[in-house]
Order: sequence, then structure tokens, then C-alpha cells
Amino acid sequence: MTTTPAVTEETPVPAVRREALHFALRNGKLVAGLVVVVVFLAAAVVGPMTISYGPNDYVGPAMAAPSGEYWFGTTMFGQDVFAQFVYGLRSTFLVGVLGGGLAALIGMAVGFTAGYRGGLVDEVLNMITNIVLVLPALVVLLVANAYLGVRSIGVQALFIGLTSWPWAARAIRAQTFSLRSRDFVDLARLSGVRTPRIIVREIAPNMSSYLFMTFILLFGGAVLVAASLDFIGLGPTQGVSLGLMLNNAARWSALQLGMWWWFVPPGAGITAVVGALYVMNVGLDEVFNPKLREM
Amino acid sequence: MRRYFGRKLLVYGLTFFVAVTVNWLIPRFMPGDPVQSMLSRANVSQPAAVEAMRLHYTSMFGFDQPLWRQYLNFWGALLRGDLGISIWLFPTPVTDVIVRAVPYTLGLLVPAILLSWVAGNRFGAFAARRRWLDNSVLPLGYVLTATPYMWLAILLAWALGIVAGIFPVAGAYSFAMRPELSWAFAGSLLQHWFLPFASLFLVAFGGWAIGMRNMIIYELEADYVTYLRSLGAPGRLVRRYAFRNAILPQITGLALQLGVLVAGALVTEIVFSYPGLGHLILQAVQNQDFFLLQGTFLFIVLGVLVANFVVDVAYVLVDPRTRAGMGGAA
Repeated sequence: MTTTPAVTEETPVPAVRREALHFALRNGKLVAGLVVVVVFLAAAVVGPMTISYGPNDYVGPAMAAPSGEYWFGTTMFGQDVFAQFVYGLRSTFLVGVLGGGLAALIGMAVGFTAGYRGGLVDEVLNMITNIVLVLPALVVLLVANAYLGVRSIGVQALFIGLTSWPWAARAIRAQTFSLRSRDFVDLARLSGVRTPRIIVREIAPNMSSYLFMTFILLFGGAVLVAASLDFIGLGPTQGVSLGLMLNNAARWSALQLGMWWWFVPPGAGITAVVGALYVMNVGLDEVFNPKLREM
Repeated sequence: MRRYFGRKLLVYGLTFFVAVTVNWLIPRFMPGDPVQSMLSRANVSQPAAVEAMRLHYTSMFGFDQPLWRQYLNFWGALLRGDLGISIWLFPTPVTDVIVRAVPYTLGLLVPAILLSWVAGNRFGAFAARRRWLDNSVLPLGYVLTATPYMWLAILLAWALGIVAGIFPVAGAYSFAMRPELSWAFAGSLLQHWFLPFASLFLVAFGGWAIGMRNMIIYELEADYVTYLRSLGAPGRLVRRYAFRNAILPQITGLALQLGVLVAGALVTEIVFSYPGLGHLILQAVQNQDFFLLQGTFLFIVLGVLVANFVVDVAYVLVDPRTRAGMGGAA
């Protein structure tokens, strides 16, 4: 875990931004991670537009190896793996943004309130956080999704968001705790600013980089959990996702048939996006935390 | 210390209560009708038979009673160890099905968790501040933690199992054998165990190595390190001190990761058709066997709670401050 970036009140904000940008552009990890994420994001956004048929349409010969026409080959039934891949990437980004975003919002709400208020509110919120933290999220999601007749990416993301926030809440609470007794927060309180405004205007901006990094980790976590759910067969009932592709490949014995082009791309896509995000996070940490820059 | 354990036990007790309640709530308040979906799966055409089945399933869930009564009955049955009857393996009680599967899951999980934790920590501490290792191994570690468990499992099964033909890729022992106490059977068991274990181990290893590496780097910047160095202490000694301090957050991390590791074991088992809890979950989902699914859920929650408690005890053993009542526990 990281300490709060030492952004002091005396430095004018534009100077801080310029300095951060200066280090950001020279940070190999950050740039490399960002490039990978942007490339995949572009594939997810642009890819489906270049394909005239749907991801589950039977368009080509069955079980064809990658070729000039079908870049990633075709499935057992003649579906285009590349089409499934780019559409699946869309689902991946969507579930990451929605699930990770919701988890970040809940984590922030709980963390800020508990850390700033303290006392009984803190005790109660802390207890709730600990309970959700100990519950194995995927297993809860399994049971909940199994009972849902029709499943969509939105609902999946909603459930993931509802179960994956606790560690974020804990971390944000600890950060808020260390910020709330600072002079500028006292000053705001003395001048009669109300609590929500203090949190939004005084505390949150001072840990914005930390919040952003928390969101990145939650995003990655949401993508991985969604992939596991899809793989078990509890993915969205319509459409495609990378986890669903793995599920289909395993179910129709792509391994035994040697159809590596069916199960390699989806897993590689997930690994690349999530891994790049993690590496980006380390880079961001080095940019915002001067102590780590020497490396 | 008593306060520390009291608090922990309270949280675990409440968690179990919440888990049971959630488990009870889901079939009753989720959109979708479990009885209907089980009926449509059974695919019976005579209306009389459908009606009889509907009555049977409704009474199995206890839907015909007032809600508060259903809730109390649910707890009552649970405390008697009765989780209902499996539909997939009718008429075996769910408890029996689970008890048969648990040894396989534990046999995968416990070695994978312990070995990856120990090896990952050692390796992470070793790699920290060695520039060439840090730069080559660190990215690899991140790629490993970002790998979905089932994908690594699929890749290993394909590369080492099907292409190279070294390891079998399905089941817990050879299909030609029956469970018995013999060297041949033990060998077959081990052979089938290796690939699922290896894929769990590798993903977890990456995470622990990175965590340790980051912790050591923070520790090596602490005041006590500067002080020790200024006294001229040998690097080995300083590193050992840093390691002891850095191991504490890793123990907490172990508790936090338990859920993720269990989830990883479930999907890995599915890839290898390994007859543990993951396999049960897959069958339960495919056969709409809600009793089995819910029983497995409760069982996993209970297991995770117990494991958490073990980690707490380990923490007290490792960190003297918790014993002296000076805080320091996360």
C-alpha cells in the first residue's frame, strides 16, 4: 500500500500538475501500461465497427486455423474468433468500468464517512466492511447469479460492485483518518463549511491520485471476477465476453482438438489488460510518490 | 489479546449469520422462480405430474409457510447439519456430496496457498533492490497476478497435458483405477494433482512476490534501517530485520486473499474436471441443483472463516505486540 502523495498546500496547483506530467512521460512502466490499455481499448471500440456480422453468427468454415481472412480462426461452429474477441473486449471494459466504478463509489462513501466521522459511525461501518471483506465474493456472486433467470453485463457489474468494495473502503478510511486533523481541514471546519463539502473539496482532492489508483485495482479485480463467473457458466445470457469464450472453448473440447486459437486470445486479452493496468499503477505510484522516483 | 480474539470472533460470527441469511434470502427475493426453473428442466408433460412436482419442490424449499417460520426452519435444519437433498445426485444428501468432494479441494488449496506464500515471500524479498532481477521479474509477477486462474490452467493442460503428453488433464486419478491404498493409486493421484496445483501456485506466487518486494522497499527506507546502517550493521542483518517487519502485512494479505484463492481453486478444478467443490458447483449450476449450490456456498464460507481465524492466531504468534496488548494488529 502507498502513503498519501506529499502534495503540500503551499505549492500552486498548476506547478504540481506540470511536475507530475514531467515524471509521468518519463516513467517507462506508466507509458508502457498506458499504451497497452489504449491499444486494447481502441480494439474494443473500433473493432466491432469494422465487422459486418455479429460475434455469434456462423460465417466461416468450422474449426479453421488463423488465416488472412479470419485472423484468429473460427470456432467449432464457424464463428469468427476475432469478432468474438473484439466484442468480448467491450464487455470486459464495460464490466470493469461499471463494476470497478460502483465499488470505488461505495468504498469512497464508506471510507470517507467512517474516517471523517469516527466514533460510533466508524465502528458500525468498520464492522460492515469487515463482514463483507471476509465473505468470499465469487461464491456469493455464484449463488446470486444462479438464481437470476436472465443475466446481463449490467447486473453482473452491479453485483460485482456490491461485493468488491471493502478493501478500498478500508484503505480510504485510513487515508482520511490521517488527513482529517490537518490544519486546512480544521480551518474549513472552523469557517463553517459543512461535512460533505469538506470531504469533497478538502480531503478528496488531497488523495485524488490514491483514489485513482484504487479505482484501477478495482477495475482489474472486477474484470477477473467477471471472467471467472462467465467461465463457470453464469455469464451474460446474451452476447459475448472473454470469459464466455473460454467457457465455450473448454466445453467443446478445444483443448483436445488442438484449437489453440479459440482459448489463447481471450485469456491473453484479459491478462494483457489487467496486467497493463497493474503495471500502470506501479508507474503512477512512482510519479506521485517522490520517495520512489529514484529507482 | 483477549479483546483482539473477541473482536475477531464477533466479526466471524456475524459474517456467518449474514452468509446464512443471504443464502436464505436469495432464492426467495431474486427475480426468477427456482421451482419453475427446476420444473422446466425436468421437462415433464403430464399436468398432474407437474403439479405433484411443484408441490414437492415448494415444500422442499418450505415456500408454503410464513416467511419467519421459513427462516427459523432454515436455521434449525442447518444446525442439524441438514442442507437438503441433492437433485443432481438424487437422493444423496447435500452434506454427503460435499464431504466427499472436500478432501480434493483441500488437497489442492492448502499446499498451493502455503507453498506459494512462503516461496513468493522469499523470492520477493530476494528480488527487491537487485536491479536486474527487479526489472526482469517484476513485470513477470504482474503478468502472473493478472492471469485468470482458469486460463493458466487451460494453457498448462494444453501444453503439458495434451501437446507434450506428460500429465493427464482430467479427473483426480486414472479412470482405470478405483480408490485404494496402493503405490500405483497414490502415484496416479499425484500425477493428476500436479497440474491443477501448479496453476494455482503460479498465479498466487506472482502476487506474493510483488507484495513482498514492495513491502521490503518501504521497509528499507525506514528510520531503523538507516540507523542500523549508520552503525555499520551488515546488509544481511538489515535485510533480516526488514523481512520480519514486512512479513506482517503479508500475513494480513493472506487472510484478505483467501476468498480469491478459493475462487481460483474452483475454476481450476473445473478446467481439470477435478472432483472437488468447484466441480460440484459446475454440476449444480448446469443441473439447476440449488440445494447443492447453496450447501457448497455455506461450506466454503465456513471454511474461509476458519482459515481466517487460523491466520489471526498465526499473526499473534508472529507479532509480539499483539500479545502484549500494544495493538499493531491490522
